[in-house]
Amino acid sequence: MGIPVEQILIQTINGVVTGMILALVASGLTLIFGIMDVVNFAHGELFMLGAYIGVVILAATGDFWIALIAATLVVALLGAAIYLTTLRPLIGRDPLYTILATFGVSLVLQNYALWQFGPVARKIAEPFTGQFTLFYLDYPWYRIVIALLSAAIIGGLWLFLKFGTWGIWIRATTQDRVMAQAMGIPVPWVLMGVFAIGSGMAAASGVLFGPLVGVNHVMGLDWVLKAFIVVVVGGMGNLAGSIAAAIFISLLEAYASLWVSPAQAVIVSFVLLILTLLFRPTGLFVPTPK
Amino acid sequence: MSSAYAAGQPLVRVEDIHTYYGKSHILHGVSLEIGTGEVVGLLGRNGVGKSTTLKAIMGLVRPSRGEVRFEGQAITGVPAHRLARLGIGYVPEDRRVFRLLSVSENLRTGLDRQGVSKVRKTELLDKVYEYFPVLAERRHQAGGTLSGGEQQMLAIARAMMLEPKIVLLDEPTEGLMPRMVGEIRRIIDMLHRDNVAVLLVEQNVPLTLEAGQRVYFIEKGVVRHHALTSELRVNDAVIHQYLGV
Repeated sequence: MGIPVEQILIQTINGVVTGMILALVASGLTLIFGIMDVVNFAHGELFMLGAYIGVVILAATGDFWIALIAATLVVALLGAAIYLTTLRPLIGRDPLYTILATFGVSLVLQNYALWQFGPVARKIAEPFTGQFTLFYLDYPWYRIVIALLSAAIIGGLWLFLKFGTWGIWIRATTQDRVMAQAMGIPVPWVLMGVFAIGSGMAAASGVLFGPLVGVNHVMGLDWVLKAFIVVVVGGMGNLAGSIAAAIFISLLEAYASLWVSPAQAVIVSFVLLILTLLFRPTGLFVPTPK
Repeated sequence: MSSAYAAGQPLVRVEDIHTYYGKSHILHGVSLEIGTGEVVGLLGRNGVGKSTTLKAIMGLVRPSRGEVRFEGQAITGVPAHRLARLGIGYVPEDRRVFRLLSVSENLRTGLDRQGVSKVRKTELLDKVYEYFPVLAERRHQAGGTLSGGEQQMLAIARAMMLEPKIVLLDEPTEGLMPRMVGEIRRIIDMLHRDNVAVLLVEQNVPLTLEAGQRVYFIEKGVVRHHALTSELRVNDAVIHQYLGV
């Protein structure tokens, strides 16, 4: 075989960068699933919409960071609105209802984006254009920045969940919704808050990832599919598991593309998904259930 | 809101509530009253609706008919989280501590609410830790790793964080070692001394008679009888009649 060490290192960095972005998408998804039992099929469209809002605000202000923050907040509010209008009436029913409802929302958002922005991909300019030399490559700094920012956002979420009052409310609600209510935790608001946070995280990853690919109305599909794989492999609703799985899968794909084309490397994810479902359906990165 | 609540009125008044679980009619008109600081027992065989009565007061089961009043105010249909903030503490049958939250986080679920000063929070925590030293020892341990008795203490301590005016205590001695029964008795007495009312559902009749002032007997979803525990201690015919013991 004889793969040069440089290539392996480059693919390691690529894998970690993609893995962090994927972890950001997936942690919103797994948070929403873990606490609300809602499989959010509209997650990819919230990612896409975040990227578009980023495009619009970047065009208006010229500042990438304002665009990032504004897109996150706008989509978080949209998430809250989606929760109130679409999901709240369905909470506690068969999961099929919320799957259909969020699928409907995804179609609406996708077609809204197509109608509003047209089929031609838009571009978000990178906030950093600098590069550094990585062996024989000029590696863009921006990719490293994405990985660090994603890690920072996920870290912030973790601190919030670990120490904040709302974090404790969220974790208590995840474990026992009825008892959380009996302890005075405003469960309906907690659920809305979680959906808003998850939506905002999807939007943030959309804006961050926008410069690497074009922004178009179907950009959410690929990501949400991968995020779903990550959430299943990581253990449904398990935040740490999702992060580990995101990096693991991205690294596997990055290494696989040393031998095959990146399009074929995606197969690795699906194989891993199938193996997980067959042999460890509770997730690879969770302790063995007793 | 307590302006409309005249002294001498019961703290909680349950009036003729009916509940359904699916199609089965569980409560067929339960009525009872609990005074401020009063410890009241609710006795009856299994499956007669004792737990459902507690859930109906807590707002976890919505009665299809009848009314629950708290401090004179109608609370039927008010969501449970508001009732908890009004001062109703709930300690369910299976304890239901948050298993993955640490002991101190379990307590914070009831403590972190608006209008509680930092000083007051510390006071409440100190009081509970002083009363349940084992919880202080294990404050960083996950709730699920505690023993049954410790989980029961945590469930009660957690409800106390709400500074409740009444605690709904559902079978606190169930599944505990006999020596823990005395501990539960001690806790109920402490709540009583603090002028916290207790509605106690128990299978342990002697405990209920010792700890409570009055007892309601419930049978097939209806309150059949009620009596002072001082009377029942001398004449237990009623107990035989409703519980068959």
